[in-house]
Amino acid sequence: MTTLTLGSTTPADLPVGRSRLIASEWTKLRTVRSTWWTLLAMAVVTLGVAAIAGSAVTHNWHTFSPVQRLTFDPTGITLKGLLFSQLIVGVLGVLVMSAEYGTGTIRATLAATPRRGRVLAAKAVVVGALALVAGEVLSFGAFLLGQSLLRAPAAHATLSQPGVLRAVVDGGVAVALLGLFALGLAAIVRHSAGAITTYVGVLLVLPLILQTLPTSFSQPILKFMPLHITNTVTSVVAVGIQGPSLSPWAGIGVLALDAAIAIGIGGTLLVRRDA
Amino acid sequence: MIEVHQLEKRYRDTVAVRDLSFSVPPGVVTGFLGPNGSGKSTTMRVIMGLDRPDTGTATINGRPYAELRHPLREVGALLEARAIHPGRSAANHLRFLAQTNGIPLARVDEVLDRVGLSEVARRRVGKFSLGMGQRLGIAAALLGDPGVLLFDEPVNGLDPEGILWVRNLLKGLAAEGRSVFVSSHLMSEMALTADRLVVIGRGALISEGTVEDFIATTAGTSVRVRSPRTAQLRQLLEAQGASVTDDVEALDVRGLDAAQVGEIACAAGIALHELSAQTASLEEAFMSLTSDSVEYHGRASASPVPTGRQAR
Repeated sequence: MTTLTLGSTTPADLPVGRSRLIASEWTKLRTVRSTWWTLLAMAVVTLGVAAIAGSAVTHNWHTFSPVQRLTFDPTGITLKGLLFSQLIVGVLGVLVMSAEYGTGTIRATLAATPRRGRVLAAKAVVVGALALVAGEVLSFGAFLLGQSLLRAPAAHATLSQPGVLRAVVDGGVAVALLGLFALGLAAIVRHSAGAITTYVGVLLVLPLILQTLPTSFSQPILKFMPLHITNTVTSVVAVGIQGPSLSPWAGIGVLALDAAIAIGIGGTLLVRRDA
Repeated sequence: MIEVHQLEKRYRDTVAVRDLSFSVPPGVVTGFLGPNGSGKSTTMRVIMGLDRPDTGTATINGRPYAELRHPLREVGALLEARAIHPGRSAANHLRFLAQTNGIPLARVDEVLDRVGLSEVARRRVGKFSLGMGQRLGIAAALLGDPGVLLFDEPVNGLDPEGILWVRNLLKGLAAEGRSVFVSSHLMSEMALTADRLVVIGRGALISEGTVEDFIATTAGTSVRVRSPRTAQLRQLLEAQGASVTDDVEALDVRGLDAAQVGEIACAAGIALHELSAQTASLEEAFMSLTSDSVEYHGRASASPVPTGRQAR
């Protein structure tokens, strides 16, 4: 074209690069309000639960039985609010994909980047990174806030105690992996409501259904349920968790596998289906 | 240059496009005309690499869309009016598109200025009127300064001023040497904008060529003749190579002009009660061409009025 002014600033022969795609997806993610609302909701609920748990335990410590005092897990209880972050991060992960279908932006996205697999990969990078940062900040924040409110005579934990740092770090990692799992679900389902329902179904409803079945049948499966895993990895004292559990590393591995499978199926469908 | 070759696209049971071949050359506006549901949008989506054809090919500058290295620098498209996240600002919508194709971000302000949206660049798209949304879509199409442009019903929802603006924009883009492909279900709009026409109905090609050819061959001119000796006149006219059809107590004659018909009648001593040249408008030509292929007729209307859903 006679008016072509491009190419002077960028090498014209470069294909749609990965770093450009990641920059583009980051622009998309940060320029919609839903991203910041979901992060704010995660922060309020997760830190709020930690504050309430810390002060309530301090206040009620005198009513605890000796057994309760011995098995009390000051780390686990302040990280209980991460459950809500794990639910809300699903909304974030779903919307990154499904809002494009809902608004029709997906057509512009795929016209700009015909290599569709890379689009989903770039989304996974930005969602994973943002959810990991948010998850770690909230996990450490909840732990430190909760511990500051756990006063003697109530037991409290420090990061230098065995298993505590691992539990706090894993809490944030679990949030990131569940966000990626939700992204993959949305690439499969393509509708916001359907994908969020599926996500909540897998996290909350599926374990409830399993619990109504005979224990011999449900227990071997239950330990693979995402919330059972997150409950395990954020605990230091493994009492009060029902049934057999995976080790923290195995648990994180299963969450990573769930995310990889969901994104793998979603990516395959994205490439095959008409947009 | 867009080239579509023997394209076929099915959605489950329905054939959206079949055996469709045409080309969109540079330097002119090519109108893509057909009733609603005739397969225009489907064809454009296949050209844009969004839908996969069952058979056939669609290429841009000789290559399938998926093989373009910087698609936005070669092709720009306005496919759906408001396919934009309502919570995002106009500038941010263009910014993320520019980033994917390595287009300088300064270009975002340039195209917003060109479509007259500079002042609302930071406003969220959800607050835009239909016309503003349409202009933003056009800005996105122009972003990479592409040589090939597709516009699906670009004047839908625009006020008269906006329609005039789009018309001039399309002509200007073609004059700069670009290939411009514009769909519409309104013949009158195409008559004012397009140099060439690709007409489809029910997913199949009806006609391709210049607007002049289209008028000459399809609208054409016919001569209406009434006479008490119709049968005899008809034989004489057909002997001269005209094609004659009965039209309620009159004859509709093609292939001869009014003067020739009058001379023939006079020479045979046949009285004429009416002799009039009929010039079908472009709109009528389009209607007659596509009347068989309109998918959804209005119920109370005798003439083929395109109604119903948008093609998918």
